[in-house]
Amino acid sequence: MTATDRNIASQSVPDSAPGPGAAVQAALSIGHVSHSYGPRRALIDVNFNVAPASFTALLGLNGAGKSTLFSLVTRLFGIQNGKISIFGHDISRTPGEALRLLGVVFQPRTLDLDLSLTQNLLYHAALHGISRREARLRSAEVLERIKLADRAASKVRDLSGGQMRRLEIARALLHRPRLLLLDEATVGLDVKARADILDHVRQLVTEQGIGVLWATHLFDEIMPNDDLVVLHQGKMLAHGPVSRVIAEAGAQDVNTAFMRLTGTATLAGKPPS
Amino acid sequence: MSSTTVTPARSGFSLSEYIVCLNGIVWREALRFLHQRERFVSALVRPLVWLFIFAAGFRQVLGISIIPPYETYILYEVYIAPGLMAMIQLFNGMQSSLSMVYDREMGNMRTLLVSPLPRGYLLFCKLLAGTAVSLLQVYAFLAIAWFWDITPPTIGYLTVLPALVLSGLMLGALGMLISASIKQLENFAGVMNFVIFPMFFASSALYPLWRVQEGSPMLYYVCQWNPFTHAVELIRFALYGKMDWVSFAVVGGCTVVFMIGAILAYDPSRGLVRRGPGGGEA
Repeated sequence: MTATDRNIASQSVPDSAPGPGAAVQAALSIGHVSHSYGPRRALIDVNFNVAPASFTALLGLNGAGKSTLFSLVTRLFGIQNGKISIFGHDISRTPGEALRLLGVVFQPRTLDLDLSLTQNLLYHAALHGISRREARLRSAEVLERIKLADRAASKVRDLSGGQMRRLEIARALLHRPRLLLLDEATVGLDVKARADILDHVRQLVTEQGIGVLWATHLFDEIMPNDDLVVLHQGKMLAHGPVSRVIAEAGAQDVNTAFMRLTGTATLAGKPPS
Repeated sequence: MSSTTVTPARSGFSLSEYIVCLNGIVWREALRFLHQRERFVSALVRPLVWLFIFAAGFRQVLGISIIPPYETYILYEVYIAPGLMAMIQLFNGMQSSLSMVYDREMGNMRTLLVSPLPRGYLLFCKLLAGTAVSLLQVYAFLAIAWFWDITPPTIGYLTVLPALVLSGLMLGALGMLISASIKQLENFAGVMNFVIFPMFFASSALYPLWRVQEGSPMLYYVCQWNPFTHAVELIRFALYGKMDWVSFAVVGGCTVVFMIGAILAYDPSRGLVRRGPGGGEA
């Protein structure tokens, strides 16, 4: 039995308010998902859950299948094999209900650079059917929270990379989702901006009870209390609390555990310690 | 024994949510258009060049006999005005599809597609938004053309509106259908050569079909089968408060077919994935 198998078996997560006999409701359930681009298999039988109010890091090198998985969860790709549910709503059968509960920050920037911060937020709100009046209130609120209220009327083009990412996260939360996906959200940012964004997202988990799936290839973004999913060449190699993944790999840290699991020499340009 | 619970989420969407979504998409498209002043200017310059230069040059060469909906001899400029209005919509429809390809490559399209509302509805809203933008351009063109003696009856400015909406939808849906089959932004240049120019020139936009028939019967039949011809004629008749039912039926039918085709063909995964084994985004 591999670490993966053992961890999958232990992935029951408590519901926020379970009834008698009720088991588990995952914020995100990835059930035996496989995906191919023609003959190339991008995901092979990937199977894990993300609990509500938890931070799950999806760790893998470029090409591991992280973005493919995100595209499947967000219904940008059709699911070829397996099942994906968001708080119990099957993304294939009831996509509207599932996507209502989902906020996404994609790896490429998806803001409209020629529109203002507020206009970008209002557009997103409209796509979720939120009335203009309510959207204005929420926009002002989130801009205040991310300390960009004074830039509300500025064009997004004039923001720094870190500010754009904060705005994208704020936008993803505008319709008050319960699950947030972030695909390499800190790529291209300096150290401080990365730390700020990571802190902000972790606060969302603890303060608002949002389930987070954070795709990354950077070890230093992973904390000991996080859940960890290791994805390599489309296969899920491990899943569970970071400490357990490290222990089961017989390693001292995430870096070494990852290298042992994947058989790779380095990750993200970092030499093995 | 355990059971799986499902977090309740409202099923379906209210009418107001659909309307808010439509408004938002139209509003964003209009804002983008107004911010791109070059696009607005070039959208106007193109037909005006045809009107001021081409039509002036050909006025003496191409005589127009009295044909419906006109009740008297008309200047060539008057004849081609509806064709130029349709041309604005043709270019706008293709430009909208260009923006969809661009949005898809740059990632902006993802924002639209992860909306919980039905995808077919989102694409329809995008189509309506593009049509609304084309109306701004067409009426700006008509305002300038008025000073060039293109003066349809006042009521014509109103009666042409539904025709413009329908033709705008048809041409936008065609653009959307084409954008679904374009893999990369660079391929869009081919659309100019293989779609826009043939559609425009093999139509009644620049010369009446009876003249085409005299010159080339084959081209005449091609023009007859060209939906753009019917968009031009629908606009032409509507601009003079009249109705061309055949063109209405053709444009309406083509709109439905192109729209259904676009919704079915629009694969959102295109452009999100770099092609080739090992080269895939992952």
